[in-house]
Amino acid sequence: MAIIASVALLITEHTSHKLDSLRAALSIVVDPLKYLIDLPTVLIEQADDAVSTYSTLKKENTQLREEQFIDKTRLLKFDSLEKENIRLRALLENSFKLGEQLLIAELLSINTAPYENIVVVNKGTRFGVHPQQPVLDANGVVGQVFRALPFTSEIMLITDPNHAIPVQVNRNGLLTIAIGSGQLNRLNLPFLPNNADIRPGDLLITSGLGGTFPSGYPVAVVDDFTPITNKPFVNITATPKAMLDRNRELLIVWSDSSSVSLTTQPSAPNEKTPEGVGAGTTP
Amino acid sequence: MIDSQPDFGRIILTIIVAMCLRIVPWPGFLASINPDWVLLVLIYWALAVPETAGIFNAWTFGLLTDVLTGRVFGQYALSYSLIIYCCLILHKRLRQFPLPQQGLFIFCCLLFSQVLLFWLKNIQHPDQLHASFWLPVFTGTLCWPLVYTALRRVRLSRRAK
Repeated sequence: MAIIASVALLITEHTSHKLDSLRAALSIVVDPLKYLIDLPTVLIEQADDAVSTYSTLKKENTQLREEQFIDKTRLLKFDSLEKENIRLRALLENSFKLGEQLLIAELLSINTAPYENIVVVNKGTRFGVHPQQPVLDANGVVGQVFRALPFTSEIMLITDPNHAIPVQVNRNGLLTIAIGSGQLNRLNLPFLPNNADIRPGDLLITSGLGGTFPSGYPVAVVDDFTPITNKPFVNITATPKAMLDRNRELLIVWSDSSSVSLTTQPSAPNEKTPEGVGAGTTP
Repeated sequence: MIDSQPDFGRIILTIIVAMCLRIVPWPGFLASINPDWVLLVLIYWALAVPETAGIFNAWTFGLLTDVLTGRVFGQYALSYSLIIYCCLILHKRLRQFPLPQQGLFIFCCLLFSQVLLFWLKNIQHPDQLHASFWLPVFTGTLCWPLVYTALRRVRLSRRAK
C-alpha cells in the first residue's frame, strides 16, 4: 500500500503542482530542523560581532560610510540617466521596465543534496516569495527561486546542471544561453558558433529574454578559450560574477513587468529602488 | 530474545537526529560522502523492534525526508518503505548475523536505495552525475557498526534503568 501511495505521489508531483500545499504543510514540520542546524553558524557570527573591538568596528563603519557616499553619488547620475533613457525610449515608442523591489534573504547553512547546486534561504512564501523569482547578490545573478515553502525557499544556482540563463555579451549584444556546469565556478556557453564575436574577458549580462530574469544584470565573465577550427561550435566557459560559495546574504527580486506608459511620469505607481535607497539614507 | 519496547518518542528522537545529520553542512569532501543516516536508523529500528517501527513509519519519515531535502515527493518514501519491508521480512535472520554480514545486507539496501533515486532522477530529467553520487553507499556501510552500537545503547539504556 505504501508503495502504491508513493508511486501515486511521484506521478502526481511529476505531472502537476497540486501537491504544493501538502509540501508546504509538511515543511512546517521539518523546517525547524533546518533552522536548528543553522543555529551554530548564527551563534558563531553573533559571538564574533560581540567580541570584535571598538577600533575594528570604527574602521568598518568609516569604510562603509565612504562606500555609501560613493554609491549615492553614482545613484544620482544613474537616476538622471534612467530618466533620460525613458525619454529616449518614449521617442522611439518603446516601453521601459520599472525598477525592481528587493528582499534580503539569508542563506541557511545546510546541505540537502551534495550533487546539486541548490541552496536554502530563510525567506519563504510568508514574505511573498514565489517560484522562478530571480535571486541576485552584490556582484551578479545568483540563481532563481526553485521552490518556495512557508518559512524557507530553495534556490537553484545558475551553475546547476539543470539551469540555463539567457545572456548577452555586454560589448556587442550577442545573445546566447549560459548553462550550469555543476561546478560553482563555471558556466558553459555551448551554443556559440566558431566565428562568434566573443573574447576572453567579455562580460555577460542577462538579456531579459524568457522573462524570468530582468535584463542588464551581470552574470559571468568569459574565460580563456581556444577556438577549434574543425568543429562547428566552440566550447566556451565563463566564471560567474556572483560569489556563489561565499555570500550569506542574497537578494530576492520582484521584477515589475508593468511598463511605463509613454505619457505619465514613471515614479508615480510604486516606490522604486533608487528612490527608496535615497529616502532611507537621509541623515 | 526479550524485546524491550522502547517508547515511540525515543524512536522519533533518533530519527530526528538522523535527519539533522543528513543536512549538516559538512565541509568540502565530507559533504559528498555524507551517508543516508535516516535510512540507517530506520533499518536499525525495523530490525530491533519490528512491531513498533513498521512500513507506515518508514513511509512517513521518507515523505518528511523528501520535503527536508527538496526531492520530488514520494522518492524517499518509496525507497524507504521497500527497504524496510525487506528488513521486516528478514529481521529474524538478520538479527543472528554478525556485524560484518549485516554490513553486507546494509550495503545492498543502501545501493538499492541509491539506484532507485538514480533511476527516478533519470526519468525526470536525464543528466550526468558525478561518480561521487555512489560514495554515500560505501560510507553508509562503514557507519553501520557505529549506528548499530549507538542505537543499541539508546534502546537498552531504559531497560537498565
